Amino acid sequence: MLEIKNLHVKLEEEDKVILKGVNLTVEAGKVHAIMGPNGSGKSTLSYVLSGRAGYEVTDGSATLEGAELLEMEPEERAAAGLFLAFQYPVEIPGVGNMTFLRTALNAQRKARGEDELSAGDFLKLVREKAKALKIDADMMKRPVNVGFSGGEKKRNEILQMAMLEPRMCILDETDSGLDVDAMKLVSEGVNALRDAGRGFLVITHYQRLLDHIKPDVVHIMADGRIVKTGGPELALEVEQNGYAGILAEVA
Amino acid sequence: MALPQAKTDALEARIAGLSLPAAGWSVPARKEALARLSGMGMPAKRDEYWRYTDPSSLTAVSPKAAAPLEAADEAPAFDGIDRLTLVFVDGVFDAAASDDPALAGVEISRLAEAGPDIHWARDLYGVLEARGQSPVQRPLSALNTAFASDGILIRATAKAAKPVSLVYVHKSDTSDAILHHCIKVDAGAELTVLESGPAAARFNKVMEVDVAEGGRFHHIRTQGRDHDRRAVTHIFARLAAESLFKSFTLTANGRLTRNEAVLELLGDDAVAHVAGAAVGDGDFLHDDTVFITHQGERCESRQVFKKVLKNGAVGVFQGKILVKPGAQKTDGYQISQSLLLDDDSQFLAKPELEIYADDVQCSHGSTSGAIDETALFYLRSRGVPMREAQALLVLAFLAEAIREIEDEALADDIRSRMEGWLNRHKGA
Repeated sequence: MLEIKNLHVKLEEEDKVILKGVNLTVEAGKVHAIMGPNGSGKSTLSYVLSGRAGYEVTDGSATLEGAELLEMEPEERAAAGLFLAFQYPVEIPGVGNMTFLRTALNAQRKARGEDELSAGDFLKLVREKAKALKIDADMMKRPVNVGFSGGEKKRNEILQMAMLEPRMCILDETDSGLDVDAMKLVSEGVNALRDAGRGFLVITHYQRLLDHIKPDVVHIMADGRIVKTGGPELALEVEQNGYAGILAEVA
Repeated sequence: MALPQAKTDALEARIAGLSLPAAGWSVPARKEALARLSGMGMPAKRDEYWRYTDPSSLTAVSPKAAAPLEAADEAPAFDGIDRLTLVFVDGVFDAAASDDPALAGVEISRLAEAGPDIHWARDLYGVLEARGQSPVQRPLSALNTAFASDGILIRATAKAAKPVSLVYVHKSDTSDAILHHCIKVDAGAELTVLESGPAAARFNKVMEVDVAEGGRFHHIRTQGRDHDRRAVTHIFARLAAESLFKSFTLTANGRLTRNEAVLELLGDDAVAHVAGAAVGDGDFLHDDTVFITHQGERCESRQVFKKVLKNGAVGVFQGKILVKPGAQKTDGYQISQSLLLDDDSQFLAKPELEIYADDVQCSHGSTSGAIDETALFYLRSRGVPMREAQALLVLAFLAEAIREIEDEALADDIRSRMEGWLNRHKGA
């Protein structure tokens, strides 16, 4: 599904190298988790994959089902099936949440040569998906993320994911700012999307999200590289010993 | 203080080819306006009030040539709205193209047909314009009162059955039109006036609006899409107790536009909103100059002006709220914002508050900035293509101004015009 090879990335504005040769393959149907201390490059990886400006790829490649991601515009990556759930979802005053979702969905369908969804079909679909995430009609009418609580913003991200049905989902610290109940709700939303054709890359500091979204593979990232890969037990080890222990072990 | 010779000379040159009508009830008011004008001369770039907008093309003897735009790609403004239409071609009334001016709740006549008889407009024509000359002079509006060739006089005595729509067609490259409308909304009456079109190569328009107690007046206009036209317009409004005035203007293109609104809230509990959305690409200067005087108590005023500028376009905002002694519980709000789509465009703003009452609430804000890159990336990351995402954000920026239009059908018409413009101007 997603194949990252020897990815080197520096900041465009300054001479700071962030990713120093990341190698990672996420297979269809699998959930991979990336854990790591602050500043290890986890969020940068998610931004580079989704096409945010400000980063320069100096070496390596990233492909989604064989297509080179790094040469595509952000909207092309989305149409190809990539989705990033933002750590800090963006507020867009003046653009209604419903308009936003519909514009995005139809733009992707159009890019893939599919027919646009009719207003009626769209409404039916969005109501059904929103209900599962306990997103009420009022939230759909409000401008995108404006005045939403932390939990509401994250649920809104998952709603977008559910509507757009991407092939490859990247979740960047989706657990940050969530209370226990909200985390459960968000995790249920993610778990409902798990299927054999879809890959997940879950970025998190903490093991607790992985109690709800059970990973198949856990990677530890430090200083711009994946330094250790293992099963779900690796997340428990982080929880018990912190990153220091693991980093000392691989150093 | 003696008037600078240059101002007098410019005035004499400007009015040399113009003449007052020989007879009719408007003549005394026109003579008074001419006397006012002689004391002011023509405005010049050195005047404080014209610091950001060079008036020379508005005061020149003849207009600069401006070709009419063939806008076959868009339905005429307010096409789907049930309305009474009155048409001017290059400033000349076109009876054949106009509807029969008969409308329940409304009396309509023409300034050009002003006979010697008593007419309600005699107490209004030039009266609000004259009031508006202090504390700031507006010579081009006095010029208009003196020499207007025509105009529509509308009196609403009840709730008008439908909007009155003034359509300004521009056909001649060198047309120079001066129109003066008077609108009187009687106590408890309600009227919507629509204006659309570029009118002429050069257009000087005054609209005086007198709203009696509890009256409601709505005004929505689009100023056409001609690239080279120039226009100076004034709205003078006087609001009695518990009356309402709401005006919205869409300006797309036009080499020079100066829209002045001079509003007086005289009675208690009156409401005045004036809003504008202006979009310019290239050789475009748009100036919104607003002066709102609060005299009554508990009145509310709002100024909401948004501009989208690219390729060297210039936006100007001069907005003032004057709260007179005794105008307690005034609620004044003023916002002027511009979205600069490149580094070549500029926005000049002069917001002013002058307050002589101690229990008032007034706020103002002015910003200029680029499109929010983070929001743009967020939209694109969800699959919305670059240009579409930009258009969505530009429309979102303009939304607050468009929200000032109460009627949903009219707001939709304006919105679709806005989208059309953005579509045509989406390239760099």
